[in-house]
Amino acid sequence: MAGEDKLIKLKIDNVYKEYQGRNGKTVALNGVNLDIRENEFICVVGPSGCGKSTLLNIIAGLLEPTSGSVYLDGKQIEGTGVERGVVFQQYALFPWRTVIKNVMFGLEMKKTPKEEARQTALKYIEAVGLKGFENAYPKELSGGMKQRVAIARAYAANPEVLLLDEPFGALDAQTRVQLQTELLNTWEKEKKTCFFITHDVDEAIILAQRVIIMSARPGRIKRIVEIDIPYPRTQETKSDERFLQLKAEIWNEVYQEFLEVRK
Amino acid sequence: MNNEKKKKIVINDKVWLLISLCAALLVWYLLSLGKSTGRSFPFVEKVVPSVGTMIERGAFWKDIGSSMFCVAAGFGLGFVTALPIAFLMAWYQPVQKIIEPWINFIRNIPALGYAPLLVIIFGVGQKPAIILIWICTFMTMSITIYQGIKNIDVTLIKAARVLGANDFDIFMKIICPATVPFIITAVRLGLGAALTTLLAAESTGAQAGIGMRIRSLSNSFEAAPMLMYIILLGIIGLILVKMVDIIERKLTGWQEKIN
Repeated sequence: MAGEDKLIKLKIDNVYKEYQGRNGKTVALNGVNLDIRENEFICVVGPSGCGKSTLLNIIAGLLEPTSGSVYLDGKQIEGTGVERGVVFQQYALFPWRTVIKNVMFGLEMKKTPKEEARQTALKYIEAVGLKGFENAYPKELSGGMKQRVAIARAYAANPEVLLLDEPFGALDAQTRVQLQTELLNTWEKEKKTCFFITHDVDEAIILAQRVIIMSARPGRIKRIVEIDIPYPRTQETKSDERFLQLKAEIWNEVYQEFLEVRK
Repeated sequence: MNNEKKKKIVINDKVWLLISLCAALLVWYLLSLGKSTGRSFPFVEKVVPSVGTMIERGAFWKDIGSSMFCVAAGFGLGFVTALPIAFLMAWYQPVQKIIEPWINFIRNIPALGYAPLLVIIFGVGQKPAIILIWICTFMTMSITIYQGIKNIDVTLIKAARVLGANDFDIFMKIICPATVPFIITAVRLGLGAALTTLLAAESTGAQAGIGMRIRSLSNSFEAAPMLMYIILLGIIGLILVKMVDIIERKLTGWQEKIN
């Protein structure tokens, strides 16, 4: 299996999060425990309201847990940090910056020399297939291209862990499939630890080594499914017998949770 | 846009402008023929020469100069005060809670209403006029900029933070550029407010000025120069809007526009 012996990169230790709402408090996460190994690709699925985005924001350091902690390489995280990159569903590109300036942002913050930053940015722009669009503004790009820029931007800052919050959720089916393949290729090359949130079970299985199924209200981990399909995976993998088996299994669990939420 | 498909006549925008101008002249001409409307709307041949008349009287340039000085000074003061106040309101809630209701309250009172108060304090002349324009432009611009800052997409701030930006970076590299379009909108609204307030401002006993002149010419029933001054106000407004358009295109070309 995918590196049983590998180091634990990210440790989520009994994370509990509640929100103080108008009608009392809501528990978003109720004691989440998870060890993520170095270079691992994790996908989290679950119905809306299961706290999967909350969990990602806590790992990113954008939210603080009510109790519990997150450790990166054994060190408790505090706030945001460049070793944890984030790709948002809504791209979050800076509209006043060109593609290359967007990709250079993280390097600029690190005070990387300009020419070096430019070269790194160009490398990642090329890697996501946007060569020739360096000087375009985000408004001139399609949704898929925008998300490619966001991925290049996250990679260029050279994080150790990449957190992706339903990054392909707003894209059409064809673009989504294309970006999945590209992301897998990049992951195999760059070997970053990926924590990927999605509501698309197919997407989770094609990408992940382990799929985390979350249950709602309060959010916690319901089940962890090992995806024992070897890489490289392609779109043809989706018609494999094993794929279909896993899909039925995971889909069933997620659907039950969905019904729970509806009640 | 309105080109007929069958004949395929494409009319240039400049030609449209010309047609529009001719239509306006026609309406103006018809108005000048009417018995009662003709008294208010003398036709071009009387209005245009009145520029010369006013220059001869030594009023024309003085009026424009005085009005533009009041607008520039009042607007300038309004801008440099609105900007920091808007940021303070967005940053510190107590500032916003205390100030915003009053800005909204005073903003809705026509300037003409409290102009006399300023005359009592500052006497007659340009001073109360400038202060009145300052107040009006400040109100409009501070609220507009404040709301703009409030509406900045928080995911942009989050994205910057996870890429290693500190508070100062976020202010300089995210908040500032994201606020530029709202500042430009504020400038546009502020200039509009400055021009509309000008008339109230010059009712405070100004010695010269476009607004003051329109009033005095109306008292002496000189319709032609009066109409000329009114058109002049319109032209000045148009020039200011065009100037803002140019600045906007330069600074916010990156902005997504809904066409």
